[in-house]
Amino acid sequence: MKMTGGQIICECLAREGVDIIFGFPGGAILPLYDTLPQFPQLHHVLVRHEQCAAHAAEGYARATGKVGVCFATSGPGATNLVTGIANAYLDSAPVVAITGQVARPFIGKDAFQEIDITGITLPITKHNYLALDTASLPRIVKEAFYLARTGRPGPVLIDVPRDVQIEQVEFHYPGKIVLPGYKPTLQGHPTQIKKAAELINKAQRPLILAGRGVIISNGFEELKALAEAGQIPVVTTLLGISSFPESHVLSYGMVGMHGMAYANMAVTGADLVIAVGMRFDDRATAKVSAFAPNAHIIHIDIDPAEIGKNVRVDVPIVGDVKAVLHALNKLVTSAKHMEWLHQLDDWRKEHPSTIIRDSEGLLPQLVVHKIYEVTRGEATICTGVGQNQMWAAQHYWYNRPNSLISSGGLGTMGFGLPASIGVKIGRPDIPVWCIDGDGSFQMTLHELATIGQEKVAVKIAILNNGYLGMVRQWQELFYQKRYVATPLFGPDFVKIAEAYDIAALRVEHKEEVEPAIEQAMAHDGPFLIDFRIEPEENVYPMVPPGASLAEVLELPKKETKVLANSSRRISNL
Amino acid sequence: MTTKHTLIALVEDRPGVLNRVASLFRRRGFNIESIAVGHSELPHLSRMTIVVDGANTMVEQVRKQLDKVIDVVKVSDITEEAIVARELALLKVKANSTTRSEIIQIVDIFRANIVDVATDSLTIEVTGDEDKIDSLYTLLRGFGIKEVARTGRIALTRGGAGPLYVEEKTKPPSGKTKAA
Repeated sequence: MKMTGGQIICECLAREGVDIIFGFPGGAILPLYDTLPQFPQLHHVLVRHEQCAAHAAEGYARATGKVGVCFATSGPGATNLVTGIANAYLDSAPVVAITGQVARPFIGKDAFQEIDITGITLPITKHNYLALDTASLPRIVKEAFYLARTGRPGPVLIDVPRDVQIEQVEFHYPGKIVLPGYKPTLQGHPTQIKKAAELINKAQRPLILAGRGVIISNGFEELKALAEAGQIPVVTTLLGISSFPESHVLSYGMVGMHGMAYANMAVTGADLVIAVGMRFDDRATAKVSAFAPNAHIIHIDIDPAEIGKNVRVDVPIVGDVKAVLHALNKLVTSAKHMEWLHQLDDWRKEHPSTIIRDSEGLLPQLVVHKIYEVTRGEATICTGVGQNQMWAAQHYWYNRPNSLISSGGLGTMGFGLPASIGVKIGRPDIPVWCIDGDGSFQMTLHELATIGQEKVAVKIAILNNGYLGMVRQWQELFYQKRYVATPLFGPDFVKIAEAYDIAALRVEHKEEVEPAIEQAMAHDGPFLIDFRIEPEENVYPMVPPGASLAEVLELPKKETKVLANSSRRISNL
Repeated sequence: MTTKHTLIALVEDRPGVLNRVASLFRRRGFNIESIAVGHSELPHLSRMTIVVDGANTMVEQVRKQLDKVIDVVKVSDITEEAIVARELALLKVKANSTTRSEIIQIVDIFRANIVDVATDSLTIEVTGDEDKIDSLYTLLRGFGIKEVARTGRIALTRGGAGPLYVEEKTKPPSGKTKAA
């Protein structure tokens, strides 16, 4: 049957099981948009800026495990996608981006809204295509989805010239995918797994360091089985949060620059680190030469290029986390490690890290913890980037698998709101909270319009301190309080929300926090709360840039009157 | 300690592949000494020979990153293997009636060829490893070198099937091609 390029793309998307597309139309992608009504199973969500189409697609992908799809037109539409694509690349999220391009005869002529988007996205996509041959579209779309979701997932971009979208060709759907240069290793090498098991079985102070790879491979049960069999404590990276239930007796929280002091001490004190589905990012390792100085390191990851990239590894295992752990668990003997676990518990008592000060003003940590309490930990949390992100990571207990969606690798301010749209659309059954800062929120607040138009029932908590808080914290600690370009004028967020027909509240006192969150949860639809928090509250613990995980700055003890501790097992809230 | 490594790669014969490889080297901060690209024994695959100077761990990272490029079918570091490595160079040397015969003698010793003669120059074609070409270059420099073009190293492993051997069956289905 003859079909236009646009019809072919839609048909292939439908065959991939796509139901949602986030996008923004324009001249060069108009023929594709024009065919959308012929495919009612494809619902298009109109965003207000293409960057947010990519972020929403990523949120959707990360919440559902399916491939997220976004559309943009040529030129500025395509370049606006770039930040979102880069974010998906660094956080290994499966996203397929389809961009319009000027018609083939105009390519290379600097035509109106022409940009070399395949050239621009070369370093930030897993792969990309310029579809010059209409007949090749079915193969390209099929390959793009396969590449995006398999192996180490990542974004794939398809650039489709306008005349390719219009041209009619015979439609042939490829039976199978032939990519001789792409064979991800799924099963770990048995010899390596055996070596790893030997190290685990004889370790005195073993530690699991779990990353997002556990979540991607759906290896929750296997990770838990390993931890429980060997009685091995578990710490996570930022993106590894919710790979292991944080109320579990073996959970010791997040490591890294703003990780729990005791989690960082555990890394420094361990004699074996089992790194699972993570890539030794500098925010997690701190000074890399002093990372886990006393430990052998086992590194399990699906991407061979991650092995030995940042940290020397004693036993590398390339493979899918779930499959490798499944095989490994058969060889791990049960153990106790009582002394080591007591040591960690002592460290946790001495360095609580999740203290919430008693303060006149409203503290962000309290807001986050109240969101946890009111939602009973059943929400999925999306965050902006900066202090809000760290407080959200520290003071909410993530017990449900895959319940934190945050921008880790790229650290994209403004990620939270569009991501939460994608998450909520993908998982309407789950309460979704976007915990954001006033700076981060203002980068993409136009997406309130998308929320209004699509009636996306996300709940938004703005931790509003009138500063670009994390940068201000660095200025306070390392630049003698010279607050250059960080004081932040903000609009009245309640009025802004109301202008978009979204219910909103302002909260200035701690007694109002819980009722406000309850009101938001009871409200049928989106809800925004503007929390006016202490302007100069800092995120602790903190490993100063350039320091090692052993050199943690903690909340100054003597001046601290404790209101509460949101820690995993010694909560008195 | 850095050493020169020879990497060979089979890549899909598609537009943009060289760009993908070159851009990878640039953004990862790897230095290419030379890169040579041409057809391989398979119609849909090109072969690249890349020489990089770096520590073993760095070159191993280069190899793995190259392997991740979807259009790169196979890549192998053959530095430690028994290989035949060659480079071709064209050298245009100043020559007049008094120096011409001396140059020709040197060219003969190196089993190089004169491929173009003009009143004031000779163009010499020489193949060999880099050392041989460097020595010839050094010897001819005294006469005055007007232009040099070098291909960079290409290499095959000695004997048997090489590390990049691809079975025919993994070939993607080609479009309609006329039988010869």
